[in-house]
Amino acid sequence: MKTAVIVFPGSNCDADMYHAIRDNLGQEAEFIWHEEKSLDGFDAVMIPGGFSYGDYLRTGAIARFSRIMPALVQAAEAGKPILGVCNGFQILLEAGLLPGAMLRNRGLKFICRPVELEVVNNRTLFTSLYETGETITIPIAHGEGNYYCDETTLSALKAAGRIVFKYRDNPNGSVGDIAGIVNEKGNVLGMMPHPERAVDALLGSADGLRLFQSILKHWRESRAALVR
Amino acid sequence: MPRLSVEPTPEEIFRDKRYREMGLSDQEYERITAILGRKPNYTETGLFSVMWSEHCSYKTSKPVLKRFPTTGPHVLQGPGEGAGIVDIGDGLAVVFKIESHNHPSAIEPYQGAATGVGGIIRDVFSMGARPVALLNSLRFGPLASERVRYLLEQVVAGIAGYGNCVGIPTVGGEVAFADCYEGNPLVNAMCVGLIRHEDIQVGRASGIGNTVMYVGAATGRDGIHGATFASEELTDDSEEKRPAVQVGDPFMEKLLLEACLELVRCDALVGMQDMGAAGLTSSASEMASKAGVGIEMNLDLVPQREAGMTPYEMMLSESQERMLLVVERGREAEVQNIFKKWGLHAVAVGTVIEEKVFRLFHKGCIVAEVPVDALASDAPVYHMPSKEPEAYRSHQSRPSWRPDDLDPARTLYRLLGDPTIASKEWIYDQYDYMVQTNTVVAPGSDAAVIRIRGTKKALALTTDCNANYLRLDPEVGGQIAVAEAARNIICSGGRPLAVTDCLNFGNPEKPEVFWQLEKAVDGMSAACRALETPVVSGNVSLYNESGRRAIDPTPVVGMVGLIEAPDHITTSRVKKAGDVLYVIGRARGEFGGSALQRLLTGDVFGRPPRLDLELEKKRQQQLLEEIRNGRIQSAHDLSEGGLAVALCESLFGTGLGATIRIQGDAIAELFDETQSRFLVSVKPEEAERFEAHVADAVRLGEVTAEPRLIVAGETGAFIDEAVDRLEKAWKGVLPCYMDSKTAN
Repeated sequence: MKTAVIVFPGSNCDADMYHAIRDNLGQEAEFIWHEEKSLDGFDAVMIPGGFSYGDYLRTGAIARFSRIMPALVQAAEAGKPILGVCNGFQILLEAGLLPGAMLRNRGLKFICRPVELEVVNNRTLFTSLYETGETITIPIAHGEGNYYCDETTLSALKAAGRIVFKYRDNPNGSVGDIAGIVNEKGNVLGMMPHPERAVDALLGSADGLRLFQSILKHWRESRAALVR
Repeated sequence: MPRLSVEPTPEEIFRDKRYREMGLSDQEYERITAILGRKPNYTETGLFSVMWSEHCSYKTSKPVLKRFPTTGPHVLQGPGEGAGIVDIGDGLAVVFKIESHNHPSAIEPYQGAATGVGGIIRDVFSMGARPVALLNSLRFGPLASERVRYLLEQVVAGIAGYGNCVGIPTVGGEVAFADCYEGNPLVNAMCVGLIRHEDIQVGRASGIGNTVMYVGAATGRDGIHGATFASEELTDDSEEKRPAVQVGDPFMEKLLLEACLELVRCDALVGMQDMGAAGLTSSASEMASKAGVGIEMNLDLVPQREAGMTPYEMMLSESQERMLLVVERGREAEVQNIFKKWGLHAVAVGTVIEEKVFRLFHKGCIVAEVPVDALASDAPVYHMPSKEPEAYRSHQSRPSWRPDDLDPARTLYRLLGDPTIASKEWIYDQYDYMVQTNTVVAPGSDAAVIRIRGTKKALALTTDCNANYLRLDPEVGGQIAVAEAARNIICSGGRPLAVTDCLNFGNPEKPEVFWQLEKAVDGMSAACRALETPVVSGNVSLYNESGRRAIDPTPVVGMVGLIEAPDHITTSRVKKAGDVLYVIGRARGEFGGSALQRLLTGDVFGRPPRLDLELEKKRQQQLLEEIRNGRIQSAHDLSEGGLAVALCESLFGTGLGATIRIQGDAIAELFDETQSRFLVSVKPEEAERFEAHVADAVRLGEVTAEPRLIVAGETGAFIDEAVDRLEKAWKGVLPCYMDSKTAN
């Protein structure tokens, strides 16, 4: 599986994502500078965390105008797995690939700590190796992770099983304890917690690794289906 | 020379002693006139005033700093460059330095702290190293004061706001609260980087004819005279110097960092230096002076953020996120291309010249022309008078203090509620301590540990200083600061490598303060020699006074250690029920300067605990050997609050308890602060071998599955508490002070 890790000015979890895929998942990864125009040849796309454009104006608001974005939208439409973590999630929201918006954390402070998540839906390409209802530990590190959407959207997300991860103990005030959601097609996941920081027990948790392994499993299965 | 309309003429500067408002003495002004053979103009007076400030020249501390041991077989770069460099094998080296940003933080805490972090990061990447960790050391007045709570909140937010955005994990630090810091908080930031030997850069302007290039943010009027401001006492008027505090842009720093690290791999680069204190003036003149050359600069070419800036303002601005480069002539375009990718401009602003002068042009005229060495290497050096303070004599002669009968459980709760001892989670929760995904031991243990990707090794990092001891006896206190830092490294499974120090003191023109500085440095030097940890970089922050009151001497020690293998990594937390608990070393009943003394009497007095450096070294080596032998499950040094607090800290967050039995003087064993002691837990099957090897180990009891702390003495149990109740008391202190008015 060949994975693109998009790098914006101010991305700072790009290398962590790259290492998680290469060193821990054992798959190919490549940095793609935001000025590139194509994502052809990649099987999956990662939008890493950080402070793209310094979070100026609004988190993710400037990055969505980057030259790479049309290619990202195209990849999403083509059904490729796209994972946006933290600032990556914020960019997906700004780009309209996922519904809702981010507010500042309820306590108005940046929070960095491992948190417990509930896997709400394991019938996605990102979560097939988890059990539904399972509790996993993944770190968060954000100042604006207080997810918001209106009632209608929330009901729709719930009804369609698009809420993938929920906080066990809501740290930031997110509506419905939401930590991660997918798009309608189920191939675009945005989440505030950092699975790439939880791929090695030496650093405290390897619970995030199964997310990447799920993507890999999906890729292998869909390729096998094509060959058949 | 032409005269700028609003600026005083050389004659007026002389006649009205205008140099005094820039911090120059009459004597220094005369020396400048002698060097130049004429009266300096306004810009030149400004150049001298910042370069000869204590902050840039170390003019009063230099003779003292020479006492530090600075060499060792593994030292690749000692003091004098952006940061110190120590070899760690595998072709790698660790680059680190600590720096203060006290005065700016006292006035404008968010930006003061943020730009302190920004400055120290640039010091590290200007050497060509990738920054991999940040630490800090903070001091504030008592939290009962609303102003102090505001300072703490803003300083922490500033550190977080900057470090989190640049993407360097803030992995450790220390915070203490005491009256003497109320008007003058301390904000020291340390940065650690990794580098391959062949990538090491130095700030030198070699090569006549080479091009001087300016990169990063444009120059504005912020931070003018920051270095001078840092070299004065804080007064009620200091608020008016708010313009001397710079504003940080961490996004710009991140771009500059990535661009500079790309540049390091391009051989067109000759030298690189951060424009830190005294900005363009210090970076250019120091680079020229070190290389034995001169520099000519055309200030019209300097990128400017504001219209109509004068040469004086440009040269003295401390605008952030700027770097000065020296590049091979003819290869400027290569450099420009690298910066272009990151959306930054690299602008040629000058040339390296043979004549050792610093010559500035503005609008076609020469606006300053001074010998480079006069600004940099030949700055004045003062041998200040030193006098033993009365207070020291009286502390020395005071009979030793010990507490009257006390209730151990209640005392323990009170100690855990002391903000200096209490959990700092409220603080480090705001720092991204995990980005870069190398943090093995997060904040809250003895030292932070980060792995070195691609090797089996890891770095142990700590900052330490207990100023209570230094207040009573700066020499012994200085020794203890170094020894305690080394203990933290050892407890994490590392071998102490080297030290960076931040010497925070009062006004050195006062003989008693200068005496403190001398004695502290002597003590630190002795400990550095004994523990084989040379000082490779550092910073001096003097004039930490407000309202005529000097801070306690606070020489913060930043130490880096090397862990050879992942299974040596050890934390302070106990691991398993049934493990045997030991304390290495017995209490001698030393309470002078202790947390208990401060708690019960509201003051510290008498002699601080003694330190036997030989014994210290022996115990440290033994413990490290036992860790490497795989016998140690947890290790924690005893510091503030003694064994009782150390026991709690080792149990918190584990879900386990401990039952121990104290022999002898229980109050001393539990609460005194005798030095060179460690609390360790050992696998039961290894207990015998451990005892045979560590003769000073005293068996205390064992780790229990039931989460209670039970301490029995010869007369029965006197502490029997649920661990979670103790932990709640310890964790609740800072949130209680800081969040009581907020919604969350």
